[in-house]
Amino acid sequence: MFTLPLLILFLPLASFIILIFFGRKLPRQGDWVAVGSIVTTFFFALYLFIQMILVYEPDFSHGASFSWIDLGAFKIELGILVDNLTIIMLLIVTLVSSCTHIFSLEYMKGDIRYSRYYAYLGLFTFSMNGIVLADNLISMYMSWELVGVSSYLLIGHWFEKDSAADASKKAFLTNRVGDIGFFIGIMLLYSAIGSFAFTPIFDSIATGKTIAGTALTFAGLGIFMGAIGKSSQFPLHIWLPDAMEGPTPVSALMHAATMVAAGVYMSVRLFPIFTPDALLVIAYIGAITAILAALIAVTQNDIKKVLAYSTVSQLGFMILAVGTGVYTAAFFHLLTHAIFKANLFYCSGSVIHSMHHALHEIHDDDTDPQDMRNMGGFKDKMPVTYLSMLVSTLAIAGVPFFSGFLSKDAILAGALAYAQHHPEHFLLPFFGFGAATLTAFYMFRLIFMTFHGSPKMNNIFKDIHESPKVMTGPIILLGCLSFFIFYTIPNYNPISAEHGWFTDLVQAQTSSVPGSMTANEIAEHSHHAHYLAMGISIFVAFMGILFAFMMYFKNIISAKNLSSRFGFLYDWSLNKFYFDENYNRFMYQPFLKLSNTISWLDWEFYDKYFINGFGYLTKFISNISGKFDYDGIDQGFVDGFGRVVNIFGDGLKKIQTGRLQNYILYVVAGILIIIIIQAF
Amino acid sequence: MSELVFLFISALTLISAVFVVVNNQLIYSAIALLFTLFGVAGLYVFLWADFIAGIQILVYVGGILVLVVFGIMLTNKIRTVRISHKSMQQGVGAVISLWLFVFLTIALSKAPWAISEGIEPVGTVREIGILLLTKYLLPFEAISLLLLGALIGAAVLSRGDA
Amino acid sequence: MNNLESYLFISSMLFCLGVFGVITRRNAIAVLMGVELILNAANINFVAFAKFNGMNMDGHIFGLLVIVLAAAEAAVALAIIINIYNNMNTINVDDVAELNQ
Repeated sequence: MFTLPLLILFLPLASFIILIFFGRKLPRQGDWVAVGSIVTTFFFALYLFIQMILVYEPDFSHGASFSWIDLGAFKIELGILVDNLTIIMLLIVTLVSSCTHIFSLEYMKGDIRYSRYYAYLGLFTFSMNGIVLADNLISMYMSWELVGVSSYLLIGHWFEKDSAADASKKAFLTNRVGDIGFFIGIMLLYSAIGSFAFTPIFDSIATGKTIAGTALTFAGLGIFMGAIGKSSQFPLHIWLPDAMEGPTPVSALMHAATMVAAGVYMSVRLFPIFTPDALLVIAYIGAITAILAALIAVTQNDIKKVLAYSTVSQLGFMILAVGTGVYTAAFFHLLTHAIFKANLFYCSGSVIHSMHHALHEIHDDDTDPQDMRNMGGFKDKMPVTYLSMLVSTLAIAGVPFFSGFLSKDAILAGALAYAQHHPEHFLLPFFGFGAATLTAFYMFRLIFMTFHGSPKMNNIFKDIHESPKVMTGPIILLGCLSFFIFYTIPNYNPISAEHGWFTDLVQAQTSSVPGSMTANEIAEHSHHAHYLAMGISIFVAFMGILFAFMMYFKNIISAKNLSSRFGFLYDWSLNKFYFDENYNRFMYQPFLKLSNTISWLDWEFYDKYFINGFGYLTKFISNISGKFDYDGIDQGFVDGFGRVVNIFGDGLKKIQTGRLQNYILYVVAGILIIIIIQAF
Repeated sequence: MSELVFLFISALTLISAVFVVVNNQLIYSAIALLFTLFGVAGLYVFLWADFIAGIQILVYVGGILVLVVFGIMLTNKIRTVRISHKSMQQGVGAVISLWLFVFLTIALSKAPWAISEGIEPVGTVREIGILLLTKYLLPFEAISLLLLGALIGAAVLSRGDA
Repeated sequence: MNNLESYLFISSMLFCLGVFGVITRRNAIAVLMGVELILNAANINFVAFAKFNGMNMDGHIFGLLVIVLAAAEAAVALAIIINIYNNMNTINVDDVAELNQ
């Protein structure tokens, strides 16, 4: 029963091990090993998914565990948990991973570290599946760290570039900051409850006796910090845009579809431990992130940066959904977002690939192939890419008939419902809808700038062409999946996913925290707000598209005039609200100064006087000891023995004179002595 | 009266013996040895051993002493007048000998001698003669063999490589 | 004065003097003289005991034998000494210790 999940887990690991050690010696550098193993796991996951659909059991959940550490009082059991959530997530991970592997066959052709790239992809897939299959916090944390490591390795794939090396370090360290909170949260829970596994934790929290109130809020927020780091929420969102230094397929896999979704997945899994206070904080963080990232994305010119900030913003949406209670909507959005965001990245990768080749033809190494201001009018040259990207953009903008609409609508309904019941938190839906507007705007800005209009660089325009089938294959597949229909089977409602397979199979659990709203209550409220939210979201999406249309397609409103009139806002948006600069000034520099001071103390002070002093003292004592040993013991004692023997020898040697008379004397003396002894 | 004579003879013997071993001049030692041997013969007379006394003088003084003097004469460099051979380890030797003497004296004075006085014989020659050919025939013959051997040996030794 | 102890006393004194002479003197003939002294002392012992044991003539016989032996020994010893003198031109007992090389 668990063979398939375990195979799905360990096949990519096997691919990693083979490729790391033997990759370069295999024919074609072993990419067929990686692609083969990933596609096989995809088919396994697909099989599981089909099984799930056939069984159609919302409460399907099976787990198995083994005891890893057992010291009597301290036990850790590791295991896997397979339920509907897991199966859907496995499908997403393996699907996007397979598409990345196939896409990379062409995108990374001729790269200098080709086999290592595929090895790390295998490592990443293994660790991501580890997070998905975990049934306890410890193995989730272990796989969490591994995912971070894989991210570091893959972002820094072209580590000769300083910017890539720095970006990978930044990603890993920011992740690490989040993981500190995660670990503290885990330990808080463990010290109160005594177990790492999910089910015992949920049960224990439900009794309300082991941990509750502020402590539980803190534990929940601690664990959520891991999600802040991994899913790039405010204030740890700084690493995701820099992570675009990695290859585009990697960006698609990790920073669009899966790794950043791990935070959301974890929040969804651990939803029952969050208290209402914690959830409120979570909701605000999500909302702030959504609007913040959307504001920045509006002015970016690099095509991948737009997509990166868009990802941050969408993740904010998901976190907002978790916070307001409709966490199934969050997971739904995770699913749809994975598909269309990955597709957007692949399409952009296709465009960049084409630009790269074209620039290479005319030996232009200075122009940035990712800058949208150098593009324009590609839609006839790259029709397949254009169409697929358009479909995914419609999905992300939240236009009906596409997948994104369904999920985003559910999220916004939840936020609106929350605000209806807690009117003081009106900002939550306000930010949500605002971000939705901006999303539509900047995504269509991207489309119009890249594919429409006149080409900005005429000398390369003739060389722009469609990408080979290996790259367009995944694009077509994912583009098709961006339509609504796959998510509402067996109900073919384009505007509501109710009664579709997803809503049926992924049912919300009530939070274990005593006193929370039950899942039914949340679902009820969100249902009431549904139509209002739908209306508003269609309206804002339309407004956004209209604006983009007027600015970039028809050029009625000039972007330049707007940016100069609102110069201050434009500047702030373009420079990412100066987050990195402020972090540097107020956090990094003081810390570096502190560590410099401490290092000076240690080196000049402690080492010189203390440690070296010990050394001198030891040398001094050993000198004395040596003298004692050498002169005293050796000369006096040991040599003394020799000298005494010598003296005795010299003395006794005199007895042997060879003179007879001496010997007679000795004989007589000896006789005397014997007589004396006998007499007495 | 006989006490005095006894004392005189024993004194003569002992003092001459001292002279024998102490003197540096060899000839003087030989002469002193003469006197010692004579003294010993006198002591034999006191001990009713007339035959032994006679033999003592005959053999010791007349034979051995003459031989010793011969030896001295033959082995001294006449040219060099002073023949002084300083003796060695005198100190230690004296001590040892003194100790030996003390010890022997203590031993013999403490020992319970079973004494039975005998009758003064007329002459001992007859007795010795009978004993030699009856009881002590074997030693007698053995010693004559030994004398023969000594004679031949001395003759061979003093032949040199002629 | 006619007791056994005085004779034994005299003979022990002679004996010790003879030992002193043997171990002290450097001339070979002087050593020989010491040996004679020792033999004489032993002889006195023999004869004294002969008298004071009921005139046992065994003592006399042994005394005779000792005298004969002393004579033989003196003859041989002097022959050796003369040989040594002829070969090495010295009869100093220290100088003829060739075995101690």
